[in-house]
Amino acid sequence: MANEEVSSSRRNLLIATGVVGAMGVVGASVPFISSFQPSARAKTAGAPVDVDISKIDNEPGMRMIVQWRGQPVWIFKRSKEQLAAMVTLDGRLVDPKSDNADQTPAFAKNEARTIVGKENIAVIVGICTHLGCSPSYVPEMIPQAYDSEWKGGFYCPCHQSRFDLAGRVFQGVPAPSNLKVPPYHFVDDAHVVIGVPPEGAA
Amino acid sequence: MNVIDKAVAGVTGWFNDRTPGLIPAYKKHMTEYYAPKNFNFFYYFGSLALLVLVNQIVTGIFLTMHFKPSAAEAFASVEYIMRDVPGGSTIRYMHSTGASLFFITVYFHMFRGLIYGSYQKPRELVWLLGVLIFLVLMAEAFMGYVLPWGQMSYWGAQVIINLFGTVPVIGPELTEWIRGDYLVSDATINRFFALHVIAMPLVILLLVVLHLGALHEVGSNNPEGVDVKKHKDKETGKYLDAIPFHPYYTVKDLFGAGFFLTLAAFIVFFAPTFGGFFLEHDNFVPANPLVTPAHIAPVWYFTPFYAMLRAIPSFFGTQIWGVLVMGGATLILFLLPWLDRSPVKSIRHRSVFSKVMIALFTISFITLGWLGMQSGSPGQKLTAQILTAFYFGFFIFMPWWSRIGETKPVPDRVTMHD
Repeated sequence: MANEEVSSSRRNLLIATGVVGAMGVVGASVPFISSFQPSARAKTAGAPVDVDISKIDNEPGMRMIVQWRGQPVWIFKRSKEQLAAMVTLDGRLVDPKSDNADQTPAFAKNEARTIVGKENIAVIVGICTHLGCSPSYVPEMIPQAYDSEWKGGFYCPCHQSRFDLAGRVFQGVPAPSNLKVPPYHFVDDAHVVIGVPPEGAA
Repeated sequence: MNVIDKAVAGVTGWFNDRTPGLIPAYKKHMTEYYAPKNFNFFYYFGSLALLVLVNQIVTGIFLTMHFKPSAAEAFASVEYIMRDVPGGSTIRYMHSTGASLFFITVYFHMFRGLIYGSYQKPRELVWLLGVLIFLVLMAEAFMGYVLPWGQMSYWGAQVIINLFGTVPVIGPELTEWIRGDYLVSDATINRFFALHVIAMPLVILLLVVLHLGALHEVGSNNPEGVDVKKHKDKETGKYLDAIPFHPYYTVKDLFGAGFFLTLAAFIVFFAPTFGGFFLEHDNFVPANPLVTPAHIAPVWYFTPFYAMLRAIPSFFGTQIWGVLVMGGATLILFLLPWLDRSPVKSIRHRSVFSKVMIALFTISFITLGWLGMQSGSPGQKLTAQILTAFYFGFFIFMPWWSRIGETKPVPDRVTMHD
């Protein structure tokens, strides 16, 4: 290509033109690539949800299902017996300490997977981490066909994944990780906001 | 010269003066495109695939006139097409049957290339462009499958888009970017519609033109894998083993098209769902983001690759390995021209060992397709793992096994059996 008859300044101008043109193409592609992102409307729909849980004690073991970002979020109360039984399950779980930060925000990295001080109220995204089904709620601490030592939890009808009452996944099931704990905080004893972590928490 | 001849000559002359390349191009691609005279059954599928492409475009255009690409209206608008639009159910069944027939013809077409070594030098570029068409076609089919917004559409989209979520670091953001929302939603179906009806078809059409253009530069291979332009008649100077594409193969392909359309019409009119293979039963239930169908399986043409995806367990806390295997299974096809070191092209002259390998490959691919439709018991999973290993072994070790054994001598000329 090195042709001595071609003026080098002309060649440099050509290269500069090419570079500027390429930058223009990159710049022009920004709005098109950006347009694929969730729109402002989609983000609004993903806004935090304020839930009144004052009626959660109406019946024992009651579970509320609210939609946040289009996904079902479960809010339910756990009894002292259930909380005590959960601790005994650690040896049968994949990630008993919730070390996977993708599934458990730092503020909920504890045995109950809740905000400290509110261990009895669980807030969990009800989407199986396997293929996205919504598992069934089986809170009774009685033996089940799939587990003779059932201490209450969630059973996915699609592919038989099982989780305990803190949404922690059992070993030997298709789901790879614990159910997700969304960012949430309590405004007061009767109101939970899903989508915003507690103040000071990451 | 009578009046009509004069008029024709006048019009032709007028165009020739203004586009002098038109007649030569017609000759190059039709009347003077010399194709081997020994094409067999497998050589129908290229033109048939083109026929199905035309069918998809024509029926697709008419479907867009009634379809509503929104999560709220899509399912109902498809039912509207099926029940209220005159001729709507036929047009939709032509489109949905066409999707499956597209893959049937393309798989046969690729199988033809595999057994006759059509990808070998100098036709590597033809093969590369063909594999590219196959990849874009898979994306096109997937997005079209999402549009009716039934349960299988919705959860198929959920699972396929989540495959991208396994990409390290950017995975979750990437899936949001593809969906345009935090879940599969109205934004997703709307963009899939745009990609399905205009972006992908344009790319496919361009690739088809390039595929044919590349083919017509080097000429067609044939079941014997011999050079058909080597021998010319000493007196007339015409090729002894090749015939002009038009009229000889246009007529042959027309016959094939007639036969093919008869079968297609039977499916469209009497078995449009094809027992759940072409249209899955669960897709007659509207999409519901809160309930997953108990058994998720893709349409038949994706099941070999789906079986590979499921066969690979997650380890190191990620599912990406299965995704890499599935992606690799399609991308490895690009390398085929450089993996095959056989001294002969056609399976007719290959060693017994090579014949056995190609037969086993075909059987394992079909078996994987069957496994991908099953629920996946431990035995089936193990079988899928073995067959996946064989699938990759077939390609990875091809540079060695393709040289094993004695090949038959390649004839100098096309041998006809009549």
